[in-house]
Amino acid sequence: MEVARRRFADVVVVAPVGRLDHGSADELERVLRPLVEPSGDAPAGLVLDFGRVDYVSSVGLRVLMIAAKEMRRRGARIAVVGLQPVVAEIFAISRFHSVLDVFDALPTALKAISAAAAAAYGSPAVSTST
Amino acid sequence: MKLVRFWGTRGSLPVALTAAALRGRLIAAVRGARGLALASERAVEDYVDGLDFALAGTFGGHTSCVQIETGDADYVLCDLGSGVRPFGEAAIARHGPRTPQTYHIFMSHVHWDHIMGLPFFAPAYIPGNRVRIYGGHVDLEAALRRQMDPPSFPVDFDTMRADIEFVHLPPGIRHEVAGMTVTTLRQRHAGDSYGYRFERGGRTVVYTTDSEHKLTEAAETRSFVDFFRDADLVVFDAMYSLAEATTVKADWGHSSNVVGVELCQLAGVAHLCLFHHEPAADDAQIAAVLADTRRLEEITRSGRPMRISSAYDGMEIAL
Repeated sequence: MEVARRRFADVVVVAPVGRLDHGSADELERVLRPLVEPSGDAPAGLVLDFGRVDYVSSVGLRVLMIAAKEMRRRGARIAVVGLQPVVAEIFAISRFHSVLDVFDALPTALKAISAAAAAAYGSPAVSTST
Repeated sequence: MKLVRFWGTRGSLPVALTAAALRGRLIAAVRGARGLALASERAVEDYVDGLDFALAGTFGGHTSCVQIETGDADYVLCDLGSGVRPFGEAAIARHGPRTPQTYHIFMSHVHWDHIMGLPFFAPAYIPGNRVRIYGGHVDLEAALRRQMDPPSFPVDFDTMRADIEFVHLPPGIRHEVAGMTVTTLRQRHAGDSYGYRFERGGRTVVYTTDSEHKLTEAAETRSFVDFFRDADLVVFDAMYSLAEATTVKADWGHSSNVVGVELCQLAGVAHLCLFHHEPAADDAQIAAVLADTRRLEEITRSGRPMRISSAYDGMEIAL
């Protein structure tokens, strides 16, 4: 699974592409693990940009829940943005829309999580990996 | 196999429609009838039959008890929840108390909601009846006897005068019972539970309740997909939402509608029936879960459509 990563001040934006299911959930979990665990440069916020995710299964949702638990444990924020219609329906049916913060667009999520990140948005971002 | 009939579909604890809820429904139904021409009996019946199930019907409140009609005279049941009481009454009403019958009962596990009906299962008290109770738990008999010991119950287990026998069914082996091939699978639940795959005459029914699916281990997922493979009907524990099952109710031993759809789609199942309803959920909430699940199946479908239903007390599914 292709996973792009950008940083805006103290918030990291992770953008997976394609189907998030049995075949790709492990890869996303591997990308998220160092971001959610406590460390010196761990981000204060994590945004999952799902604008290019066209399907998410229960295994994929479980990866998001594990990440959310880790982030909340260390007092950090996590949000999901840009759900495509089918994925938005899956979030609603699974009731994940009530346990994760979901925003329509990235700027809105950044503004809700960190003023510094919102300010940095629009400036040249650093793509750290794909 | 010809038919599956549900006598108890609720999880954990029996529930009943309250007077306040019933009053609310009557008010809604009468309000909806304003201005309609309902002079004839037929018109009244048509109006009532046209109402939503969550208004005019109810999913019911008995705990787990499911009957499989095999086509033979012997009765086949899954679990001894409170639903076995009306089942027993119906069996006696059909045959009379003096015509011996044989009852094959497959136990998912011995938690209270799945055994609480046995003390009220009238055929077990009638000499001449044969009752065979099957399960994967080695302490099955002890658990069923214990719930009838004082001070929990006033009638001792040995008061039941039917010929009662307990049969241990180890998982992973094909057993021949009541003309069916029966396979069991150990499931993730406190103290373990067992799912059953019943096959006969080209028809397959899977009864899988009180089973949590973490889906983190591919081998475990594969074992359930193989267990469900090409079944005509899977009766599936969908007690919680996926969000609940992965957060506040993780490790409570139950599953969700979302996981049910995924596993059944992978297995090529024809009909998924949601079962073991949350006792705190009212009829409207269970109906909403059914509508959601049908929509999920629709938007994630890659092959032939899969039928989705939600079990209610008294429901029958022809095979």
